[in-house]
Amino acid sequence: MENEMKLEFKSKSCNEAFARITVAAFASQLDPTIEEISDIKTAVSEAVTNSIIHGYENQEGNIHIICKIEGQVLNVEVIDYGKGIENLEIAKQPLYTTKPELDRSGMGFTIMENFMDKFEVESIVGMGTKVKMQKTIVRKEEV
Amino acid sequence: MVIDYDKATNNLTIGFDGEIDHHSCNEIAVLSDDAIRKYLPQRVVFDFKNVRFMDSAGIGMIIGRYKQLLRFGGKAEMKNINNEIKRIFSMVGIFKIIPLVD
Repeated sequence: MENEMKLEFKSKSCNEAFARITVAAFASQLDPTIEEISDIKTAVSEAVTNSIIHGYENQEGNIHIICKIEGQVLNVEVIDYGKGIENLEIAKQPLYTTKPELDRSGMGFTIMENFMDKFEVESIVGMGTKVKMQKTIVRKEEV
Repeated sequence: MVIDYDKATNNLTIGFDGEIDHHSCNEIAVLSDDAIRKYLPQRVVFDFKNVRFMDSAGIGMIIGRYKQLLRFGGKAEMKNINNEIKRIFSMVGIFKIIPLVD
């Protein structure tokens, strides 16, 4: 199967649910399990929340999501044009957060890494951040 | 959200519902803190029975409430956590400080 969709929305926190539900709906054509859908929703939610809180620091901006399906593989890119990440290695460490005062756990990247099969971040300070994630949906036995 | 205080045992149950994410956490935190400050309970039970989704925002929110509770020596527990939410909480070892009960 081959398919693609693009999503553009404002960096408002109410769009976190919209984004994860939309990506999950798109992924549903691969016939994922409830657990696989939950993994995808959680990972997308983390990426979009990062863009809103850190990328745009709650200022208004646009977030793009590009989803591609190739065979049983789902690729998701979450892109913002915000302030970018200075030190990716530090940012990716579990429990690291620049905003502990906001009750942030610092687990966003760790969850994306654990819940998806492949995970990559590209970021340029002052230009924005792109999170690339991939998950292969295991084909279920024909009944 | 259901907030239920039992005067006899000095236990406060906070039942979350729907989806716990960065967007919903603000309101959940404010309502929970209000209840904790009002009742100063000996024990708070966070009930996840009606939670359909939670991401890492839930970790920060629960730890934030736990810190409130620690100020006056209260204890916390969690219950009715499904496998997906358990997986997220387990990543930070939260059950060591806030035990999971049935």
